[in-house]
Amino acid sequence: MSSTAPTVARQALRQCSRRLSTASHPFAKQVPRACIAAKSRRTYVSESAPKNATIEQTIKQDQKAFLSETGTKPKDAEMPTTGMNADAMMSPAAGILKQATVMDEGTRPIYMDMQATTPTDPRVLDAMLPFLTGLYGNPHSRTHAYGWETDNAVEQARANVAKLIGADPKEIIFTSGATESNNMSIKGVARFFKRSGKKNHIITCQTEHKCVLDSCRHLQDEGFEVTYLPVQKNGLINMEDLEKAIRPETCLVSIMAVNNEIGVLQPLEEIGKMCRSKKVFFHTDGAQAVGKVPLDVNKMNVDLMSISGHKIYGPMGIGACFVRRRPRVRIDPIISGGGQERGLRSGTIAPPLVIGFGEAARICQEEMDYDTKRISQLSKRLTEGLLAMEHTSLNGDPAMHYPGCVNVSFAYVEGESLLMALKDIALSSGSACTSASLEPSYVLRALGSSDESAHSSIRFGIGRFTTDAEIDYVLNAVRERVTFLRELSPLWELVQEGVDLNTIEWSQH
Amino acid sequence: MSAFEARSLFRSLLRQSNQFAAYNFREYAKRRTRDAFREHIGESDGRKVQELMQKGLKELQGMKRQTVVSQFFQLDRLVVEGGKTGKQTGNRGGIVRQTEHGWD
Repeated sequence: MSSTAPTVARQALRQCSRRLSTASHPFAKQVPRACIAAKSRRTYVSESAPKNATIEQTIKQDQKAFLSETGTKPKDAEMPTTGMNADAMMSPAAGILKQATVMDEGTRPIYMDMQATTPTDPRVLDAMLPFLTGLYGNPHSRTHAYGWETDNAVEQARANVAKLIGADPKEIIFTSGATESNNMSIKGVARFFKRSGKKNHIITCQTEHKCVLDSCRHLQDEGFEVTYLPVQKNGLINMEDLEKAIRPETCLVSIMAVNNEIGVLQPLEEIGKMCRSKKVFFHTDGAQAVGKVPLDVNKMNVDLMSISGHKIYGPMGIGACFVRRRPRVRIDPIISGGGQERGLRSGTIAPPLVIGFGEAARICQEEMDYDTKRISQLSKRLTEGLLAMEHTSLNGDPAMHYPGCVNVSFAYVEGESLLMALKDIALSSGSACTSASLEPSYVLRALGSSDESAHSSIRFGIGRFTTDAEIDYVLNAVRERVTFLRELSPLWELVQEGVDLNTIEWSQH
Repeated sequence: MSAFEARSLFRSLLRQSNQFAAYNFREYAKRRTRDAFREHIGESDGRKVQELMQKGLKELQGMKRQTVVSQFFQLDRLVVEGGKTGKQTGNRGGIVRQTEHGWD
């Protein structure tokens, strides 16, 4: 029954378009008046013959007219500036089809920016979902079952995070992310010591993340002295410099574990030992290192450590701060309130995020060997492929290096234009925080790179979900586009002729 | 625990892995399954085999849920994923790729 109705309608439509005027047809009474008028006299709109009034007929007529006028078939004639043939231009339906993107091919860029953030692991989401739907208790509620079940899961997550860095679960404070942890650690320790009035000196490094540098800048306004240690050409700090910089009034040394832009791994163990011997607290920003390289806070003598959830395939908006209990690190809390998290970070914690973070930490620990092996293998392939091109160089130390971060300079190519040319690959030239500005990266400047070299650097991030096919695609695309961009550049021509660019005296305008 | 059961679990894991709509997760799940089974190919300790089978079953259950989630929130495909390439000439109903990446 239901299938007959469309058939009837279709029939009616077809007959209507043909304008059949048989008397037996019900639509015959509705013959337009123009039809009658056209017979009697000529008007502005003259009706076309009924059998010509379909779209196919009109297109055919147009094609015939085109052929008689130009002498070529429309499909052979290319219309100027559009790149389409006349056939497509005449028929709107064909034109639309030509514009349509065929989904079969795929248009989404591949993701190679694992330092900015990592995709959430499906296993993490699987752990989070119950707490986003049914188990919605407040973990701080001690009076009912809803609170208890959430609290148990949160404590389990805390234990997982603690186990990943070799700490005690009680030493883990959940925060909103590594930025908050960094702020909490640096400002907290400094302000606590300021109250006792003796120590007012902080040591950090020039290649730190912006949030550490900015916290230190803020403390300078409050009357602290800050030493920004320079780095060597390979991105590592010099231990002698650090030893010289430590004074009796130094309260905190903050050096990041793995750099977010060049991926160098600082000698944490040596720094930790030195800080412990001088009785200075050691804070490390482990956002890029935790879950990717083995870390042990006791072996490395780390007193405070910042961890981020979304860099270890967990959810965004969650992080943790390790605060050592023995010897006790006292910090002045930034956020005061209900006294959750040992009073260091008040406010209800977010159970779904915390549980996702805990699960991500557990997976990272379980899979660390497998992931490391795979990422090193992919990284080796990518690095070798990129460095095989002429005039390219790897930034940062090749040995003390986290393999998942490959930062390469392509000489005589503008980095931002290369990023634009590589639209089918999600890449970045530096940290996500500074990607809005066109300034060259301050990290690469600190390594002593020239402006041009810093401008032409691109960071490739490899993670757990990167495939071999993606690496091949990236290598191909980069090779192709870099060659293309260099062909455009007059500087490249000079280089090919053997002119040293530094000897040229550019005329002033 | 028989070899048949292990093979059956292996096959169901691979079949389920293929159901991920997202390319990276799909490839990872397939690769991880193969590598995990290959790693323990010569496992003879009964208790260890039992443990690994339990783990595999747990992963399978999670994957069943997550593939459904993945299929609900599909995005268009990545540029590396398979498909037809080339430009349509207009003579036949071929495939055309209109978005040229990187040149504009």
